[in-house]
Amino acid sequence: MTAYSADEMMAVAAARRLSDGAVCFVGIGLPSQAANLARATHAPDCVLIYESGTIGAKPEHLPLSIGDGELAETADAVVSVPEIFSYWLQGGRIDVGFLGAAQIDRRANLNSTVIGAYERPKVRLPGGGGAPEIAAWCGETFVMLRQTPRAFVEELDFLTTRGVGVSCVITDLGVLEPDEGGELTLTELHPDATVEEAREATGWQLRVAEDVRAGVPPTAEELEALRALRPANGDTVGV
Amino acid sequence: MAEIVPLADAVRELVHDGDVVALEGFTHLIPHAAGHELIRQQRRELTLVRMTPDVVYDQMIGMGGARKLVFSWGGNPGVGSLHRLRDAVEHDWPEPLELEEHSHAGMAAAYAAGASGFPFGIVRGYEGSDLAKRTRVEWISCPFTGERVAAVPAIRPDVGIIHAQQADEAGNVQLWGISGVQKEVVLASARSLATVEEVVPRLEPRPNSVFLPRWTVTAVSAVRGGARPSYAHGYYARDNGFYVRWDEISRDRDHFRQWMDEHVLSRETAAV
Repeated sequence: MTAYSADEMMAVAAARRLSDGAVCFVGIGLPSQAANLARATHAPDCVLIYESGTIGAKPEHLPLSIGDGELAETADAVVSVPEIFSYWLQGGRIDVGFLGAAQIDRRANLNSTVIGAYERPKVRLPGGGGAPEIAAWCGETFVMLRQTPRAFVEELDFLTTRGVGVSCVITDLGVLEPDEGGELTLTELHPDATVEEAREATGWQLRVAEDVRAGVPPTAEELEALRALRPANGDTVGV
Repeated sequence: MAEIVPLADAVRELVHDGDVVALEGFTHLIPHAAGHELIRQQRRELTLVRMTPDVVYDQMIGMGGARKLVFSWGGNPGVGSLHRLRDAVEHDWPEPLELEEHSHAGMAAAYAAGASGFPFGIVRGYEGSDLAKRTRVEWISCPFTGERVAAVPAIRPDVGIIHAQQADEAGNVQLWGISGVQKEVVLASARSLATVEEVVPRLEPRPNSVFLPRWTVTAVSAVRGGARPSYAHGYYARDNGFYVRWDEISRDRDHFRQWMDEHVLSRETAAV
């Protein structure tokens, strides 16, 4: 079996959850990898929308920014930013949104604004961007985030985005899904990860489903397709 | 009527200390050369407006020209933090920076309202977010259905600045590819400046293009390469390598200042 990285496992786990034809609102980094991998494998008719206004983008290589030229060149249409957020996102025309964050709590609320106090933050993060309305208006939202006690916290320093639309949180250890009451529960473990590890990486008392699914490692085809998406110019793919 | 003037003259004429200035560009066509000219002319106490402040705003903030930033996402796309922005917010260096932050949907609606001459825009957002306490938003009921929506005040900058591919000799401006909020910012602003890759005798209509008639633009300046390291669709590609290097250049205050001295302050306005 080919060796693979934690990021690759996350991208593969997210890609598998996208059905063919799904309309996706995609950000840069892991979400873009996941959506493009799905398009290259089981979901060729997956529609990729980037917030820069490119609808139906079909990049051969992963873009560094959401506005790279290749997205516009391969898109079915390029529309303005006010249009993408009003007609398409708030208009309810998107099935799946993807988000990351610096912090998440047990109800999948997200912080991408500050670490520490707002007025004098320890770390000033980039801010909300599209996140609040993505989570509110996509049919469902996947969160992709490495599981650590610093990120999976009892209490957020700032609530940027409500977690109500989040259907799953894909981490480097497994997958968390909201239970009936909306609390994130560990439902799937990636190969080699343990419940114990997941508990230790979570800043709250993590709920674990009775029948935690065993994740399937990336197949050779998935890894080959994912690696073929690497930028041709050798630039690193950022977060 | 748009006047075609050198960049330094346009900036001198249009932008004053204390102005609300929006240099827009959503990854594509970011008016870097105009931002550098603002730095060289040492405009102070500016309120800088932009949905996605990235490298050129990091440079302007780090050089001390900004009093306030109005934004919705401030980072180096695909790379990480803006170190000069962070230093200003976290340590008041080189001076304190007031923030007014929005979500993308909220800010896009505020620009569209500004362009339309409406007092406010509406957005189905901010519900349950701590951002509601940090931005300018009020909840209103739809007069027809009673639905609760968020109202955001129109953005009307003193000066809107964009970069486009082409203008014609009469000052009509055309841009194509990812068009962001460039049309909105020009129409929302009291005065506007478009830097362009080239002035051509006649503009050819293109699919998905944004056309700004000469009577909506105050000044046009020809600045070839005026978006670099951002890109101009059909002219040159985004210098992704530079965005990655900026992380290193901007991390340290002295290194940053040295780089700005060498690459911005000691240079003349980019030649036409």
